[in-house]
Parts: sequence; C-alpha cells; structure tokens
Amino acid sequence: MELTSEEKAALNGEQGETLQTAYRILVATGEATNADRLVPIEWAHLSGVNYNTIGDAGEEFLREISKDARVKVKTTVNPMGFDFDHISEFKHIDDEFVQKQASIRDSYIKMGVDPTFSCTPYDIFDLPEKNTQVSFAESNAAIFANSLGDLKTNKESAFSALASAITGKSPYSDLRKDEITTPMTIRMKMDNPSELDFGMLGFFAGKVGDTSVNISGVSKPNRRSCKALCGGMGTSGTCAKFQFVDSDENTSEKVDFGKEEMNEIFDELNTTDKGDLITLGSPQLGLEEISDLSKMLKGRSFKKRCMVFCSRAVQNQARNLDYTNEIERAGGEILSDCCTCLTPLIDTNETDSVTTNSIKGAYYLKNSTGVGVNLKPLAKIIEDETQ
Amino acid sequence: MSKIIVQGKAQGTVLKTSNPINFLGAVDKQTGVIRDKKYDIFEKSIKDSILVFPHGVGSSVGAFTIYSLKSHHSAPVAMICQKADLTVASGCALANIPMIVVSTEEFDSIQNGKEITLDTKSEKIFN
Repeated sequence: MELTSEEKAALNGEQGETLQTAYRILVATGEATNADRLVPIEWAHLSGVNYNTIGDAGEEFLREISKDARVKVKTTVNPMGFDFDHISEFKHIDDEFVQKQASIRDSYIKMGVDPTFSCTPYDIFDLPEKNTQVSFAESNAAIFANSLGDLKTNKESAFSALASAITGKSPYSDLRKDEITTPMTIRMKMDNPSELDFGMLGFFAGKVGDTSVNISGVSKPNRRSCKALCGGMGTSGTCAKFQFVDSDENTSEKVDFGKEEMNEIFDELNTTDKGDLITLGSPQLGLEEISDLSKMLKGRSFKKRCMVFCSRAVQNQARNLDYTNEIERAGGEILSDCCTCLTPLIDTNETDSVTTNSIKGAYYLKNSTGVGVNLKPLAKIIEDETQ
Repeated sequence: MSKIIVQGKAQGTVLKTSNPINFLGAVDKQTGVIRDKKYDIFEKSIKDSILVFPHGVGSSVGAFTIYSLKSHHSAPVAMICQKADLTVASGCALANIPMIVVSTEEFDSIQNGKEITLDTKSEKIFN
C-alpha cells in the first residue's frame, strides 16, 4: 500500500502511540482487502460497545485509548448491553456489569462520538449524498449503507472503524470502488415472502456469497424486510452488499433459494415451538416499524413479556407522535440503547426460550445468550401472542 | 507465503480447522476454547497455537475477542488464513499477532498438529 509521507510518519509513531496503532490497523486491513492507498471517509460507525461482548480487556483498552484518542469525523456507536433508564427493573444484572458498561459509554463519549447507541444509524440520520465513503462496523448497517443507501463502506471491524474514526481515513478496498464484480445471483423461489423469509434469505446469502450478491426473482421489499435481509446477511458471512436484479444472465454462479434451503436455515435457528418472552428489534426498530406495531396492537394485549428495542432517537420521535402509548398499553416494554443481540437483560435463570421474528436475533440468542429460539413472522407473533 | 497482513515471527503447533471462525460467537474470550459444537475443533483451545483456518466470519466485534485473548495470554501465537478479512486482520494488528494469507495449495499442505516456525521477514514457513 502507498502511504503519503504524513501517513508514513504517523505509522512510525511520530504523532504518538494512538495514531501509530490506528495506522497499523489501517495498513493491515488495507493489505487484507487489496487496497493501494487510504481515502478520506465522512462518517464512522463503531461496534464494540456492549460490555457483554468486549469484556474486561475491551473496557480497559477503551479507557486507556480514550485518554488521548479523539474522533476526526462524525462517529456514531452501536448499542450497549442495557438501557440505563430501566436498569433498576432488571435485578439480575450485577453492579460490576453496570459500572463496566458505564465506563465503556464514558470512554466513547470522551473520544467525541455521538452517543446514539444504535445498530441502525440509517434510521436516525439522513444519509449523505450518493457514493459518499463511510466506515460502518455494524454488519447490518454496512450492508444497508452499500445496498440501499448508495454509500460506500467495507464491512468494517470494530477496530478498523475505530481507526477510521480517529484518522478520518480508510483503505480504498474493492467495496469502495465504483464497479464491484458480483459473480453470484441467488434466485428467490418463493411467493409472498415475509420479513422472516427475507432474514433467512440474507442468512443464506451470507453463507454462499463472497463480497457481493445479486438477488433475482423478487422485487425490493418494504423497509422492515430490507432490514431483516441486511441483519441475516451480516450474521452469517463476509458478504457486504446485495442488489435486486431482473435477470441472472450476467453472473457465472447461480444458486436457488427455495423451500428446501429455507427449511434448513429455519431448522438451524428455530429450536422450540414456544417462547417464555418475546423480543422485537434486531436490528432495532425504526419509526415506521414502531408506527406499524402500534397499529397492529390496537385493542390487543401481549399474553407474555415483550421487549421492544429501538434507538433513543426513534423512541423520542415515537413518543412525540404518540406511537408508544398503544405499545405500552398492550404490555410492550420499550427499551433503548440496547438490542436483542447479546443483551444481558434476558435472564437465563428465568428464561428458557425467546420468540422473535429476527434471524440475527435468533442466531445470537441461540449461540451467545444460550436460550431456545422460537422464530415467527411479526404478523404471526401478534396473532399467537396477543389477545 | 502469498501475503503478509501482520509482520512477526512465531513458533508453535498447528491447530487447523476447515471451519471459518466467528470469534465473537464461537471462541471463549478468556480461555481461547472453541465453544460452538459445529466446529471440527470444538472444545479445543486455540491458545499458543498457530491457528490455521479459512477466514473469519460474523460480528465485527470479533476483533475485540482477539485482543481479549491476547490480554488473557490465551491467543494463538500466529494465524494463517486462506482469505483475509477485516475482523481478523485488525484484531491481529492491534494484538500484534503475526498473520499471513496463503494460497490454497499451501493451506492444504499445512498439517494439523505439526510444529512449525513462521517468519514474515524471510517469507517462509519452516517445518
């Protein structure tokens, strides 16, 4: 990779240890993605905020680096482990977790990030103009940015996005270029797919696709299904972009996604036919999804506990527009700054299984939280779990 | 040696898997033990090994897992992949774990359980 003299100096430590570390990360990720230089980015989105995922080593690292690291560009951050406004209602979460989570939050704020604590930055802010270079670490957000937002990003890691935030730069990798080769088309062989089906399509595409895939046989769905597709794809593989196409003629590899492939994924992630509680929001719900949910819940009430995850910004907008009343009346608990994935809010001593419509949520509930998973589309959850 | 991602020299026993690794989901961040049953190295520890695997997958937070392993002295001494991905590359860069990408033939020729030395300066893997 060719570096400017200024970049070389920073890599040699002439601007301090923090920038040296940041440039070391950018060079390694540049080598990994065949980049020949670094380019400026305008927005970084960081992962690695939940104490449950980064642990003591992560907490200490952030405390140390935040002493002098400051972000150079607009920087948003992923969810934490829980919602500080509601922590007293979750007695099983110990003080140490709360303190370590607060330390992580404070370290990021000290570095100058916008405290969004959301995996859906695209639901909070207007997206910059077409082809703008950004660095998004949250996988669903990176895929959304590339595929639906007309932006350019690698599927960044927690550290490569942090290095981009601190330097304002990222390797000029293949995904950042105007032309991306997409050798594979996935042919959707299913009528009227639900958001759950799109999540499974994404999970499948992540497994079989490399950097970018085409999807044929279905037109672009609504936003909820698009988010489900991004979430599923980000969970299972390295694929960072998809596009809906009319024909599979221009690609050398063609793979079908039909009933059989779908059932295989369903059986991998669905482990039980009933949940002790419901979680909605992985990725966190946007304003439109909250509005839809409030309409679906009109006159109905949840028969069991239901956690509804959305960003703080979306919750505030939803409160102003009175969308939250109906959800809370129906028994839904609206939680912000956290998400289904890897939240310690689900008490595994009391919860054996969770009902959700999210493939991303299902994967982490099953493999990381360690509970049973009952997968259903939202319409079916409302039908079965409310009265 | 097709490509050096993170420079360095290491000696250790090869632990080889045919599964792409999801560091966040499948590796215990303190002990380095693989805890996902679907992996062919399930219940094995990656600590002090030369970890040979196709590539990383899954959450971007996996980079923190690699850093955490290093802090707990449970990290591999080096990593050899078939394809480089940002999570593993950046985790190794921060944790100073030598990492290289090799061709499919070289990847196939590396034997599990063998003691090897890796030196990015001489661009060689010694048996």
